Amino acid sequence: MNELQKKNLSNNLLTVTAWVCACLMFFPIFWMVLTSFKTELQAIAVPPKLVFKPTLENFFLIQERTSYTRYAWSSIVTSVGGTLLAMLIAIPAAYAMAFHPGRQTKGILLWMLSTKMLPAVGVLMPVYLICQKFGLLDTKIALVVIFALINLPIIMMMLFNYFREIPGEILEAARMDGATVGREVTQIVMPLSRGGIASTVLLSIVLLWNESFWSLNLTSSDAGTLVALVASFSSPEGLFWAKVSAVSTLACAPIVVLGWLTQKQLVQGLSFGAIK
Amino acid sequence: MASVTIDKVQKSFGEQVVLHDIELQIADGEFVVFVGPSGCGKSTLLRLIAGLETNNAGSISIDGQIVDNIAPSKRGVSMVFQSYALYPHMTVFNNMAFGLKQAGTPRAEIKKRVSHAADVLGLTSLLKRSPRALSGGQRQRVAIGRAIVREPRVFLFDEPLSNLDAALRNQTRLEIMRLHQRLGTTMIYVTHDQIEAMTLADRIVVLKDGRIEQSGSPQTLYHEPANLFVASFIGSPTMNFFKLTDLPDLVNRHTQSLKENTIIGVRPEHLSVTPDSRKGVTGNLELTENLGEYTLAHLITEQGTHFTAKVGRNSSDASTDMTKSLSFTVDDNNVHWFDPDSGLRLR
Ligand SMILES: Nc1ncnc2c1ncn2[C@@H]1O[C@H](COP(=O)(O)OP(=O)(O)OP(=O)(O)O)[C@@H](O)[C@H]1O
Ligand SMILES: [Mg+2]
Repeated sequence: MNELQKKNLSNNLLTVTAWVCACLMFFPIFWMVLTSFKTELQAIAVPPKLVFKPTLENFFLIQERTSYTRYAWSSIVTSVGGTLLAMLIAIPAAYAMAFHPGRQTKGILLWMLSTKMLPAVGVLMPVYLICQKFGLLDTKIALVVIFALINLPIIMMMLFNYFREIPGEILEAARMDGATVGREVTQIVMPLSRGGIASTVLLSIVLLWNESFWSLNLTSSDAGTLVALVASFSSPEGLFWAKVSAVSTLACAPIVVLGWLTQKQLVQGLSFGAIK
Repeated sequence: MASVTIDKVQKSFGEQVVLHDIELQIADGEFVVFVGPSGCGKSTLLRLIAGLETNNAGSISIDGQIVDNIAPSKRGVSMVFQSYALYPHMTVFNNMAFGLKQAGTPRAEIKKRVSHAADVLGLTSLLKRSPRALSGGQRQRVAIGRAIVREPRVFLFDEPLSNLDAALRNQTRLEIMRLHQRLGTTMIYVTHDQIEAMTLADRIVVLKDGRIEQSGSPQTLYHEPANLFVASFIGSPTMNFFKLTDLPDLVNRHTQSLKENTIIGVRPEHLSVTPDSRKGVTGNLELTENLGEYTLAHLITEQGTHFTAKVGRNSSDASTDMTKSLSFTVDDNNVHWFDPDSGLRLR
């Protein structure tokens, strides 16, 4: 074998490995979607059936028993709301850190990120009690605020990195042109990093959509998100696989569609702008 | 139009003092060029005048008004950056109009001023383009246009031509000269480039390690450099420095007493080829560079001093035989004597 053939072989091996990994990761999702179109009996059949007559009965049942739309609305409000609230705080903060850094800027950023490493359950009690005290249990407001806070560090880090790519001289030119800080941010910094901001927003929405710890602990029927809906199906109903699959499919669908439509931005966000 | 006064200005970044007690008076309408080696503080001084940095001590006045606590945009200065710093997401028109919009200038007035500037700079057909779709030279002109439309009292340029190729640099340099002639506005210009400095400046300010070494007209700096540093910095190729023993004949003619290590400075263009090796300085030829108009000869004396001479500029040395060794006479009027200890020019 010559060098070229060797290289081709290793490339092929890499491709095969990548495909295998992708299939492994995709399989559970595929199975979930498949199962959602089976009857309960088909769902637990051994050996599992690959060919069957699909039915929509599970989906109708779900819509009958609960209100999918209400949970979905809750998911949308909390993930988008939390993201927007976090952006509102993070944009000015990241601007300050990127363009007017102090001696502690790096340290503060690292410290903010490090809070993500603590187990959330550590602050569950106090947060729960605070929400209770203010009558915010099972409200979207509580989730929006908490969602904003839990994503703030990662959003700040991402925005900070995107903002720092803007040449400082452009901002200085704007300053010489008489732009106020507000205009500097809204007319120069934000338009120049709109790709980065879009990636950040998308990633944050995805993360919040899938957030389960706080949505399960702080909400029930009123402000419950799709995650809570799925959870409510899995525990008391035991082994009704087809219905659980259907509700999970419904919970995943919107975010998968969003992810599909915004693939490029999302990948950029997930790689923290490393891939251009 | 305005004068600029820099009064004992000091600037440091952390521990590092970048500018030491700078004193400088810039007259109304003057074209002043800051030159100096990299890191000497030229940009910092310019940015202090712009208001992009704040001075630690001293004060800066524009037209007699102290501007230390005045925002950059309120100082009536415009700056052209080395990287152009155009707004990449705006059209050429909006790039130029941005400053006026911030100031709340009426639309019609903005339109008038931008079209006028575009007209002067030959940008009219490019107004709708984005900076990405422009060549380097065009971008530079947009940056200048953006500075013009604000009708500043003082223009600041930080190495505005250094990203352009040689031909474009000459052309844009002429444009800046014309601009200064037409507007008569005070201009302060930072450059590395000798030719830019010599051709543009009414006055050149030579900086080194955060101090002004000399400030004067290009002629003054060329003919009467204050010290060794300025002498070696201004002029291309640089001035030759000889030991007394390299030029015994010249030293004998000199009447004042001289320290033993006194340094003699002679510019390459002030050495003339002579057949008589006893009169001036003789050197062995190391290299020649033929530049068409003249030839640069790099030589070394018996004492081991390297020097350079421009040969072949006048018809008398047209027939010069560029062989192993050459002798030169020194024009007495163009000799500089430098104190070896202080580096100051003696005469
Ligand atoms: N923001 C800053 N923080 C710390 N040090 C700085 C800063 N800006 C400049 N300096 C330092 O100040 C000194 C002078 O810098 P300046 O940019 O004024 O030099 P310059 O003469 O313009 O050089 P060049 O010709 O390379 O542009 C340098 O030693 C530089 O490292
Ligand atoms: Mg500089």
